[in-house]
Amino acid sequence: MIKIKNLHKSFGNLEVLKGIDYEVQEKEVVCVIGPSGSGKSTFLRCINLLEEMTDGEIYIDDVKVNDPKTNINEIRTEVGMVFQQFNLFPHMTVIENITMAPIQVRKMAKKDAEKLALELLDKVGLREKAYNYPDQLSGGQQQRVAIARALAMKPKIMLFDEPTSALDPEMVKEVLDVMKQLAEEGMTMVIVTHEMGFAREVADRVIFMDGGYIVEEGHPEEVFGHTQNERTKAFLGKVL
Amino acid sequence: MNFFDLRWDIVWNYRDLFLRGIWVTVSLTICGYLGGLILGILLGLGKTSKSKWIYWPSKIYVDLFRGTPMLVQILIIHLAVIPSIFGQSYGYMVSGIAALILNSAAYVAEIIRAGIQSIDKGQMEAARSLGLTHSKAMVKVILPQAFRRMIPPLGNEFIALLKDSSLVTVIAANDILYASKVVVGAYQRFWEPYLVAAALYLILTYIVTKLVAYIEKRFSNHYNPRKRRSRKLDHPQNNDEGRTAV
Repeated sequence: MIKIKNLHKSFGNLEVLKGIDYEVQEKEVVCVIGPSGSGKSTFLRCINLLEEMTDGEIYIDDVKVNDPKTNINEIRTEVGMVFQQFNLFPHMTVIENITMAPIQVRKMAKKDAEKLALELLDKVGLREKAYNYPDQLSGGQQQRVAIARALAMKPKIMLFDEPTSALDPEMVKEVLDVMKQLAEEGMTMVIVTHEMGFAREVADRVIFMDGGYIVEEGHPEEVFGHTQNERTKAFLGKVL
Repeated sequence: MNFFDLRWDIVWNYRDLFLRGIWVTVSLTICGYLGGLILGILLGLGKTSKSKWIYWPSKIYVDLFRGTPMLVQILIIHLAVIPSIFGQSYGYMVSGIAALILNSAAYVAEIIRAGIQSIDKGQMEAARSLGLTHSKAMVKVILPQAFRRMIPPLGNEFIALLKDSSLVTVIAANDILYASKVVVGAYQRFWEPYLVAAALYLILTYIVTKLVAYIEKRFSNHYNPRKRRSRKLDHPQNNDEGRTAV
């Protein structure tokens, strides 16, 4: 579903991604782990072209993303993204946050969009907050709204960029539970995370990145359980 | 002159001139501000543009008009630019409004640019990640937020322009200051006419200050006209009825 070939990304002289090859299958949940500065987030952001890649190719459903002829806005409607800092629109109510893109991009009628938004809010357990503003919500609630907002475009793929890193510890679980539910429903997901327990439990594949490379990749039991790789061992030794 | 021996009657005798002065000052300022706002928004957007063909002309314009005194600009526009282009002068009103528009546009442009750039980058990224085009994200997500932050500095700019409009007296516009100068010329007394001019400007700027404060409140998230009086009692967790009616 996502095919990544020889992905390179530099910021000025700093090479952050030094050649990534990977394929994500449909309905697969892939967790990306690794020390900070290893290029995890950049890797994720390259997939929907929030970062322009320096070299390489990315295909989503066999459409080349970094082709000048490709309409990137169309690709992005199929790829939902959830950010570390939530990035809800503070001047809109929760329901307006969710309905904005379906109305503006999908040309959905306002009524239908609101019906869809309320369904999604039920799903993330926040229906009663529909008419509140984001700053009246806790961090965990905001992130669940952000997930609902991304889901409103009915994407085929969901990208999560450290979705729980900005949350107070007691709010992490409510967000992870929503993500777990999504995974069980068969959503294709790529998740950059520091939640090792979550990765081990939910992921179909785990990628360990370090220094701009994929150092190791495999089933979570292989990576967490009995890795042979020294760098993976050193990293997991520090975080587990 | 005895300080306590003020004669307000000499000003009162010229009240029509002062009333006309208020009218001229207010209309000059409003026309200049509205024109400046439109031109300034374009220039401000231009200054956030990635295209150098849009960025550089906008930047040069702003630097030019912010870097030179308004008094000089008024004189150049009235005595040089307009007569050279049109072959004649159209009077102080046209020259004055033109000068105020061109000058305030430069300041408004900076307010617009700063407002847009003050919005967190994540907002644009979130909007783009949902499939919105750059211009749609600008209109729906960035500008509404930036606009709120622009209200106080735009209000300041209006007040500054109101005061700076007094410079048009040099091209014989009969604004508030001009009325004072007529009285000065007639009676050779300085306190009364200039104090009255100062007081009139003060009253006008005070009204604008109040107006800006109201607009600022009106555009905040938590303004709800139906429940204005009980706003302080609203618990953030409560839905207030005004909003649930969709």
